[in-house]
Amino acid sequence: MLTAFAILTDGLAYAAYLFMVAVGLTLIFGVMKILNVAHGSFYAFGAYGAAMAAGIYYDRGLPEAGGFLFMILLAMAIGLVLGLILERGVLRFVYGRDEVIVVLVTYAVFLILEDVIVFIWGPQSYAAYQPMVWAGNVEIGELVLSNYDILLVAISAGLALFAYWALKFTRYGRLLTVVIFDRETAAAFGINVTVVYTVTFIIGAMLGALGGAMMAPKISITLGIGVEVIVLAFAVVAVGGMGSIEGALVGALIVGICRAAAVHLMPQIELFVIYAVMALVLVFRPYGLFTRAQPRKI
Amino acid sequence: MLSRANLIGAVLFLAAGIIGFFLPPWLVSLLTIAFANALVVLGLIILWRAGLVPFGQALYYCSGAYTVALLARWAGVSDAFVLLIAGGLVAGIVAFLTGFLLARYREIFFAMLSLAMSMILYGVLVKTETLGSTDGFGVDPPHFLGYAPHGDALGFALYWFVLVVCAISALVIGVYFKSVAGALAVPIRDNEIRVEFLGISVTRLIHMKLVIAGTLAGVGGALAAMTIGHVDPNMSYWTTSGGFVFVTILAGAGSVAAAFVGSLVFEIVRSFAFAVLPGFWQMTLGIVLLLTILFLPEGLGSLATRFRRRKPDTKPVATS
Amino acid sequence: MSAILSVSGLEKTFGSVVAARDISLDIPAQQTVGVIGANGAGKTTFVNMITGHLTPTKGSIHFEGKDITGLPSRDITQMGISRSFQVAQVFPSLSVFDNMCAATAIARGDGRFISAALRSVHAPEIAADVNVAIELFQIAAYRDTLASTLPQGIRKLLDIAMAVAGAPRVLLLDEPTSGISIEEKFQLMDVVMSALKARNITVLFVEHDMEIVERFADRVLAFYDGTVIADGTPGETLGQARVQELITGAKLKLPHGEASPHA
Ligand SMILES: Nc1ncnc2c1ncn2[C@@H]1O[C@H](COP(=O)(O)OP(=O)(O)O)[C@@H](O)[C@H]1O
Ligand SMILES: [Mg+2]
Repeated sequence: MLTAFAILTDGLAYAAYLFMVAVGLTLIFGVMKILNVAHGSFYAFGAYGAAMAAGIYYDRGLPEAGGFLFMILLAMAIGLVLGLILERGVLRFVYGRDEVIVVLVTYAVFLILEDVIVFIWGPQSYAAYQPMVWAGNVEIGELVLSNYDILLVAISAGLALFAYWALKFTRYGRLLTVVIFDRETAAAFGINVTVVYTVTFIIGAMLGALGGAMMAPKISITLGIGVEVIVLAFAVVAVGGMGSIEGALVGALIVGICRAAAVHLMPQIELFVIYAVMALVLVFRPYGLFTRAQPRKI
Repeated sequence: MLSRANLIGAVLFLAAGIIGFFLPPWLVSLLTIAFANALVVLGLIILWRAGLVPFGQALYYCSGAYTVALLARWAGVSDAFVLLIAGGLVAGIVAFLTGFLLARYREIFFAMLSLAMSMILYGVLVKTETLGSTDGFGVDPPHFLGYAPHGDALGFALYWFVLVVCAISALVIGVYFKSVAGALAVPIRDNEIRVEFLGISVTRLIHMKLVIAGTLAGVGGALAAMTIGHVDPNMSYWTTSGGFVFVTILAGAGSVAAAFVGSLVFEIVRSFAFAVLPGFWQMTLGIVLLLTILFLPEGLGSLATRFRRRKPDTKPVATS
Repeated sequence: MSAILSVSGLEKTFGSVVAARDISLDIPAQQTVGVIGANGAGKTTFVNMITGHLTPTKGSIHFEGKDITGLPSRDITQMGISRSFQVAQVFPSLSVFDNMCAATAIARGDGRFISAALRSVHAPEIAADVNVAIELFQIAAYRDTLASTLPQGIRKLLDIAMAVAGAPRVLLLDEPTSGISIEEKFQLMDVVMSALKARNITVLFVEHDMEIVERFADRVLAFYDGTVIADGTPGETLGQARVQELITGAKLKLPHGEASPHA
């Protein structure tokens, strides 16, 4: 019983993290049909940025809560700048080219950014544990829960609700829905697809960086965290269906809970489980739970 | 069999073999690695011709390498021929099994699924103490049918061994490219539906390509393990796969020779980059890749241009 | 058992759209069947079900007495039913010759990938077959032209020639003349039909131009809203009031007798 509860809470916390990194990836894919491998860099930059913010802020006797806010703001600012540079400086030159070519371009960018990280922050590891300590724990019976995990889940849930609301009820969200549905028609109706692309990419980048900042207190920030994330986020998005926000949510929950179960019951297969779940889903639903293959009309 | 290409290949092969005797050992070992890796690239060319780019080909490379290392360590196998065949076989089987899932996908999904699979192996290797964890472990120098060289002689023996394997592979793949199954790569990339309606299974053709490419990668990995004398999980890491993709894109899929030339140039450039700009290797790779795609699309070989033509042509224009 | 192709109770639904309903008919060997019907009437869906691109929701399809319902398209091709497409399906980055080589090489095999890996695509008999075929379909002048740069009419001919490479006994042509100018239509159909007659192939072709239908078909099926509303000789079918009202309509009375524009 205790284990089951622990699996549920750990799974939720992990799912919250997965959703945060996957939602930006799936948004960019849905709107622009670009699988952005550099999303891993956004995450890494977010985490490093948060660590930098923590280094600047803490130990100055300033209020603790402000530190957390500062970490998030700095990370998202980095995401914004990075996203803008990438979209305007690189990606717009390859729009309309073959999907695989565009993936290779984002892959090249990812390679470059990996070394840029070393250039800026050096090869050493960073930690930004302060918000975790500040948040403290809560005890429910024998179970100890980290308040920070609860916060993570709350923020992810908020993000999901916000995305739902924004897509359904805001002007920009409806524009996005139109562009996702049919780009040519959207352009024909006078929607400025170029601006929609830029804004979407920046939002996606900021979400990636946010994911990094949120995870920064929980992990050791070190080289290579970006690739792990891109592969994980892809797994989540593949389970849910590429380009689908609700897919990312459901995918994150499934993968998160399965992984937590593995960690508690059979720790050796932790990593394996994630991909096993993905493979299983893909065997039955080749394009994920929330999208269907469109057979070519002939 | 004695076509012009094969004749030139034979001359180059002999020349490469003889030149080896006059080169310093470090260069011989560089060439050995370059040619071993060229086999992986050769496999990628097979897939690239059909429009497929796997981001996780290192899975098979690493499978081949670890097969060699584990056989040597646990079963005491030391014969290079046995190790080589075992490495290729295991990687081929892994490719056959993963192929059931991979062969159903194209483009991005294909690339990323392949990446995910290679990262599973990486994760397993890193977490498993008995498999050497992050450090991996050493591979004892192999024997060649009883001949057990040491030092520089071992380097030359391996060099020749790799050359012979490369020559055989190049010949076999050359024949494959001219077979019906091999020649159907461009049709598959252009228009799968048409291929199916002509009466053959695209999924199975691609599955076969995956197994061939996986086996080649395994053979390359096995040779690399013997040459380097060490295996570690990095052989399955995404950067390893990325390097192979990189060479494939730059070399182009025009010919079998492209794999060898591309791999050689890559290995040389890498040695210099490490000496001149340590720590900026990935950035160099990324920038070259980016510039090639942005400004020299023709540098990607004839395929790149075909890629761009493909979409508007096969898209149905009418839906009634 | 004189029918080479026989369908019964065929039905296909896409969600709430019924694209085919209750289609039952027999086609005797060597008949040339014309299929008419407005856009969206279900003609392509019918062809797609017979050739295995779509699995019928209900009903069955028999070819030479064997049940082929729901088989994959490659198996149906191997058994002897080929098709061409409303939008020509060729390999744009290959030349006409190489397109035909690919088709012929597959056709000469048994459909197994292993044997495909063991046979050379440069076999002299393949090239010989191809040269005969491109003469027959009168596209030899474009032998080395890339398929992506072919004129529309030649591309349609190539598409059909590729379908015929497998020596089918039944050939389904989905709008062979769509996208082609009026002047060229007859010429194209002449080329195609004489090539097919020379090989004793049973043909079913979808066509909007009633003059072409009358000239080439032995029998005409009229599709409306997913089902066959008339089936008979060209005179019988085209003469029916319902067909005139729903399909051919006033179009026959237009000066040039041209069907409504379609892609
Ligand atoms: N793959 C499909 N998915 C959904 N609806 C389809 C599909 N194919 C055809 N339809 C629908 O079925 C009906 C018949 O289409 P089709 O057979 O293409 O007509 P025709 O070839 O006679 O113009 C149309 O309403 C069309 O929209
Ligand atoms: Mg149609």
